[in-house]
Amino acid sequence: MTKPKVATTSLAGCFGCHMSVLDIDDRILKLIELVDFDKSPVDDIKEFTGRCLVGIVEGGCANEENVRVLQDFRKHCDILISLGDCAIMGGIPAMRNTISLQECLDEAYKNGPTVHNPSGKIPNDPEIPLLLDKVYPCHEVVKIDYHLPGCPPLADTIWQALVALLNDKPMDLPYELVKYD
Amino acid sequence: MKENLEKVIKEICGKHGNDRSKMMDIVSGVHSQLGHVPGEAMGLIAAECKAERIDVESVVSFYAFFSKEPKGRVVIRLCNDIVDQMYGVQRVAAAFKEELGIDFGQTTPDGKFSLEWAPCIGMCDQPPAAMIGDKIMTWLSSDSAREIVRTLKECGDPSKLKHTLGDGNNAHELVQSAVSNNLREKGAVVFAPMELGAGLAAALSVSPTDVIKKMISSRLRGRGGAGFPAGMKWEFTRNAAGDEKYILCNADEGEPGTFKDRVILTEAPNVLFEGMTIAGYAIGSKQGLLYLRGEYAYLRAFLENVLAERRKAGLLGKNIMGKGFDYDIRIQMGAGAYVCGEETALISSCEGLRGDPKNRPPFPAQKGYLGKPSCVNNVETYCAAARIMEKGDAWFAALGSQGSSGTKLLSISGDCKRPGVYELPFGVTLKDVLERVGAEECIAVQVGGPSGQLVSKADFGRKICYDDLATGGAIVVFGKGRDILEIAHNYMEFFCEESCGYCTPCRVGNELMKSRLERIMAGHGESSDLRYIEELGLTMKTMSRCGLGQTSANPVVTSLKNFRSEYEKRVIKREDGMQPSFDIHKALETSEGITGRKSVHFV
Repeated sequence: MTKPKVATTSLAGCFGCHMSVLDIDDRILKLIELVDFDKSPVDDIKEFTGRCLVGIVEGGCANEENVRVLQDFRKHCDILISLGDCAIMGGIPAMRNTISLQECLDEAYKNGPTVHNPSGKIPNDPEIPLLLDKVYPCHEVVKIDYHLPGCPPLADTIWQALVALLNDKPMDLPYELVKYD
Repeated sequence: MKENLEKVIKEICGKHGNDRSKMMDIVSGVHSQLGHVPGEAMGLIAAECKAERIDVESVVSFYAFFSKEPKGRVVIRLCNDIVDQMYGVQRVAAAFKEELGIDFGQTTPDGKFSLEWAPCIGMCDQPPAAMIGDKIMTWLSSDSAREIVRTLKECGDPSKLKHTLGDGNNAHELVQSAVSNNLREKGAVVFAPMELGAGLAAALSVSPTDVIKKMISSRLRGRGGAGFPAGMKWEFTRNAAGDEKYILCNADEGEPGTFKDRVILTEAPNVLFEGMTIAGYAIGSKQGLLYLRGEYAYLRAFLENVLAERRKAGLLGKNIMGKGFDYDIRIQMGAGAYVCGEETALISSCEGLRGDPKNRPPFPAQKGYLGKPSCVNNVETYCAAARIMEKGDAWFAALGSQGSSGTKLLSISGDCKRPGVYELPFGVTLKDVLERVGAEECIAVQVGGPSGQLVSKADFGRKICYDDLATGGAIVVFGKGRDILEIAHNYMEFFCEESCGYCTPCRVGNELMKSRLERIMAGHGESSDLRYIEELGLTMKTMSRCGLGQTSANPVVTSLKNFRSEYEKRVIKREDGMQPSFDIHKALETSEGITGRKSVHFV
């Protein structure tokens, strides 16, 4: 029997949630016995090679590239998980949502107290993905099946959630793994 | 100027004994003198009352009728609840805007007028209606709106506005109001004639505990909506430790579509005060408070006069009816906050605080107003208590149905020929009610106001009583062609505005509910949104701190339950997992404008 496949990505996130995935320590050996990784920074596969059972998404959508990747995840994955607070509610990047995009760019590239930019230009290379008007949590762009909160979620939380999904068991996470106070 | 301000504040605070628990009256006094309560005044009030400035500011900022910023000398508050919407309030609004040259939420540059929206002001039986200062104007049209502004531009005094006088005591020299009672059916309990002091005399002839026994055997239940047995509440309060106890009357009816208390206060104030006095005797209290909603300020002078006459007649004050019982009633004005109709929020407001609900337990019967045992009942409940003493508990218990004795006042408005107040025995069917009010081609009825339920034809055979269709009295009728989702949306807007903001399930839940509803109304809804609504509604119901949040999801949840097809035909089913509400092109518009290039991924 072929192993089920898992894909992961970091959109507008800090990779902290991916670090937390790695934090499952030696269980990572068990994990690769259970699954194969498809598109993911873990194996550096850039585009999907086939259908996946689980897609894990870190970060919300701040630009068009994020949206494209997220929609691609939805197309290829049976189960989609928003991993961590940025994916779930935009997180730190969403702090810009109360400020206009123009003002954000001006502050970042022109007016900020530590900015050194004699040309006064705002980077605008065609390679740079266009920013969205605001940062969207993943579930506002595509349907999300599970939300695993935390900044980052604990390695144990991620591990137990994955194991439950892979074994087709209900995701009964104990209180200690989902409390944040 | 500064000295003058100090003098004004000193005088007003002094008048209220520099008592911080009278903060509502103090702030209200300053507000009516200055037209607003500036920061400087808040500081001075705090100093006079030995309070912190934040204590004052939290009151000023909480209530809709108080303002930190200067307001126009005349504030026009146009009611925007669903019934007014149905009766063309938008045309009236346009006329006000045009005539004044300002939008809602603004003040004219000459400082003469402010224009605002107001949630239900208790005039759904004569819409569209507005408060012009304290003056209520009803059945407005675009013409009358223009006329009002023109008159006020000349004289600046709302009391000079021309209108016909309403019926009954609305024409009383102390009321002089355009409001009509629309009292369509008088029942045996509230609106039957009562000889002054008849109920009270019967109560004073037996012991206080016997009065409570009669209340219990009459099976009277609270008329505000929740239906808690009144006699039991009185007994708890009587048995609570402490000799200082209070009787509070909740006349803050703010549930959109409710106006029954307005008519009681206008036509049967003596029955009410009699009931409050009997409660005082039964419970062992010396002081009653009538919490009167700010929208009914036009009735205040009249009610004060009724109280004065009762004092003169020996029915209030020292040694009432020569029985050695001392008791008096004072009026506490509200200032435009729906949540203050919730009993613990009402107590907060009486104590001069923001109208925040309190944690329970302790219940008001144990620790209420100023921390003392307090009995809070609805206006109608006290009226029923007076009648029970006059006519007897067995007489009362024989009225209505087994689980719900007595009569119920219904405030009925919307798409019907005879809107108004109906006093009907409990157990009457909704169908019967609809026939009485002349509601033809009715498709839906909101029973119990927005926090009640929106019922469909299938439920018209159900009975108005605590065991079936429970209601505080508001019934709004919706005829053919009305949009169910729009009705629910109007009510959600109301709750978003009126949530006190203390607890998250209510503050945020209402907003989420409203935006999800808007998504469906805009045609971007997805069938999973309906499940989301049900789940969110359950969270709000179980997790909110007070009755407001526990019931505010009802307009959406009950209309979804009873009119599911109306929702289902507005949502799309998508199999691809994309959110129909997300519009990538709109999300990229700003960026494309700034960078001058187009998206490569989404053409």
